[in-house]
Amino acid sequence: MFSILDAKKLASDVKWFKIEAPLVAKHRQPGQFVIIRLDETGERIPLTIANCDKKAGTIELIVKAIGATTMRMCRKGAGDFIRDVMGPLGRPTEILQVKHAVVVGGGVGTAVIYPLAQALREAGVYVSAITGGRTRELVVLEKELARVSDAVYATTDDGSYGFKGTVADKLTELLEDQRRPIGVVYAAGPVPMMRAIAELTREKGIKTIVSLNPIMVDGTGMCGGCRVTVGGQAKFACVDGPEFDGHQVDFEQLADRLTAYRQQEKRALDKFTEHECRLEAQRVAGG
Amino acid sequence: MSELTVKQRFQIQRQHMPERKPDQRNRDFKEVNLGFTAELAKLEAQRCIGCKDKRCIPGCPVEVDIPSFLEHIANGDLPKAAEVLLKANALPGITGRVCPQEEQCEQVCVRGKKKGLPVAIGHLERFVADWARENLNVKETVGEAPTGYRVAVVGSGPAGLTAAGELARKGHAVTVYEALHAPGGVLMYGIPEFRLPNAVIGAEVDRLRSLGVEIVCNVVIGQTFTIDELMNDEGYDAVFVANGAGLPIFMGIPGENLKGVYSANEFLTRVNLMGAYRDPECDTPVITGRRAAVIGGGNTAMDAVRTAKRIGAERAVLVYRRSRTEMPARAEEIKHAEEEGIEFNLLCSPVRILGTADGWVRALDCIRMELGEPDDSGRRRPVPIEGSEFTIECDLVVEAIGTRANPLLTSTTPDIKLNKWGYIEVDQDGMTSKPGVFAGGDISRGSATVILAMGDGKRAAASIDRYLRLKGKGAAS
Repeated sequence: MFSILDAKKLASDVKWFKIEAPLVAKHRQPGQFVIIRLDETGERIPLTIANCDKKAGTIELIVKAIGATTMRMCRKGAGDFIRDVMGPLGRPTEILQVKHAVVVGGGVGTAVIYPLAQALREAGVYVSAITGGRTRELVVLEKELARVSDAVYATTDDGSYGFKGTVADKLTELLEDQRRPIGVVYAAGPVPMMRAIAELTREKGIKTIVSLNPIMVDGTGMCGGCRVTVGGQAKFACVDGPEFDGHQVDFEQLADRLTAYRQQEKRALDKFTEHECRLEAQRVAGG
Repeated sequence: MSELTVKQRFQIQRQHMPERKPDQRNRDFKEVNLGFTAELAKLEAQRCIGCKDKRCIPGCPVEVDIPSFLEHIANGDLPKAAEVLLKANALPGITGRVCPQEEQCEQVCVRGKKKGLPVAIGHLERFVADWARENLNVKETVGEAPTGYRVAVVGSGPAGLTAAGELARKGHAVTVYEALHAPGGVLMYGIPEFRLPNAVIGAEVDRLRSLGVEIVCNVVIGQTFTIDELMNDEGYDAVFVANGAGLPIFMGIPGENLKGVYSANEFLTRVNLMGAYRDPECDTPVITGRRAAVIGGGNTAMDAVRTAKRIGAERAVLVYRRSRTEMPARAEEIKHAEEEGIEFNLLCSPVRILGTADGWVRALDCIRMELGEPDDSGRRRPVPIEGSEFTIECDLVVEAIGTRANPLLTSTTPDIKLNKWGYIEVDQDGMTSKPGVFAGGDISRGSATVILAMGDGKRAAASIDRYLRLKGKGAAS
């Protein structure tokens, strides 16, 4: 059992957790993830380790409530437990010694680029961070990013906050700025966003690293469920990744494979919401 | 009871182990085999004529004293039978179910000569193990006095569990590190419930725990710790690496990334370890097909195709490129699969997987094969017959064509020597090129069987014990 020491809401459906996992914390490097399982009948899901404190033996996770498992996770708080936390998994981020790196996070993908910004900054790289969402509510970790970056740009598609436009629009602006040429771009977020970023930088020949989020089961290369096509070759995101050259990734296939369990996911979500509604009704009736 | 003569023993026919009816069992995950009754077991054990050669003992990779345990069953002394069995085999409930006995102890049994049938040693092993589980206290007599040595075992599959049990009995403090959330390795994620119930694995693991073996889950050696850290920082005196075969091999044919294509590892892990067949109780989903095609001819392929049938396939088809004779699966699995209505497409090989416009599997294109000259493995090489392509309509494809070495651990320990396939090289004692580090099971021999892995675990444990005692002497002098 792994203890949740602290938790707080970052947005209506995004939550931050501090979890006691000393073995994971001790060995974790930026870019790595854990696989968690909430309880005995739970599924295994991968989550990026947003931060860690090796001395205190804690890791930090950021979770967006999108499916039944993540919704149940987001109901948890300090004092609650998680049945299994396995890791650290995946290869650490390749920190490139460039003058200027841009990290781009879409929605909760920002949790993935936050530790990268931190690591790049520590390596002496000038870091520009872009964090975006459809609307103000969905822009997360801006303050945290500000602490580990040299410049932070928040974007919203609807213009309700920060720059009006997508993260790709903002990156286009930075790419045109001749004063500070960009050496590398790191991106994490929804597949269409990562693809848009990779298309932008491809023309300019700027190295772009994307952190992929395919469906995983074991996380040790044993099942091959997370296979993605990179440069025409099958790669396992759990052991060969999760970060790959964005110009080589077959994003269309990745997006399609992510829909494999859509029906089951919807059913699980309906069941969960129904269960929650019943509990709520009981509470109202009882109170 | 009066002693039976050899002639009387010869007159007893091989007893049939009761099993569930095919059309009932192929719809659920309850165990197929029901096991011998005490009467059947006694009768079957009496078939052993107590021959002088006892070739069954070396025929067993963990060298169970088979004639002795059969004699105890024949005499109705089950506690003694259990004692003999457990002394040599830490996991008899498991091996009694999954060992290919027809290629080992039973193959060399004298009763099997001249068209006879060998003593059903496997069924009897299963019977005694199950009897012991239900009737004996799980607490084993503790082994030798503590030696003060600490051994880390990497992986809790058959090799790791066996080594852990042997080492604990010799008085060493043993910690087993398991990457997944439950101990058992392939026994847990790979072999289905209908062939090896989780309760059997659980009981055997509990018996090891009662010997003092500590099992720590969710630790991936190579990621959470390296081998060097285990030895230098965590203070282990020796390490046994038994982390399994690893990465699934895909055929490399077009269409493998369509939705509805699985490696057998993924398909079986979702169903067995994650309990996807217990929907909606368990959260992990699995794609079920109305028509399933499984590629391969080994035990894993049989497990996958029978599982596909059980989770709802109206038609479950096996596609294998050689003929029945070359199938590596156990005879019993092939027989059970056929009885359960699995269709065998032998001598045919997949060419491509076809998909729908929205990315789902819809068919498997195959080509017929004929057997040519023998290849490196000694089996006749399958050669495609030109123009013989045909299509199998299906919405689920599972590839069970084998695995290759997982580099997760070995890549972080460069001083462990590997062979050209990436498996760990070991000497006769199971020692790697790195002092104090031993290896066994699939990570050193490539894909093999549960019992061969257990044999490795047993041998390595003996070597580790010798190594530690010699080391102790060196330190004392």
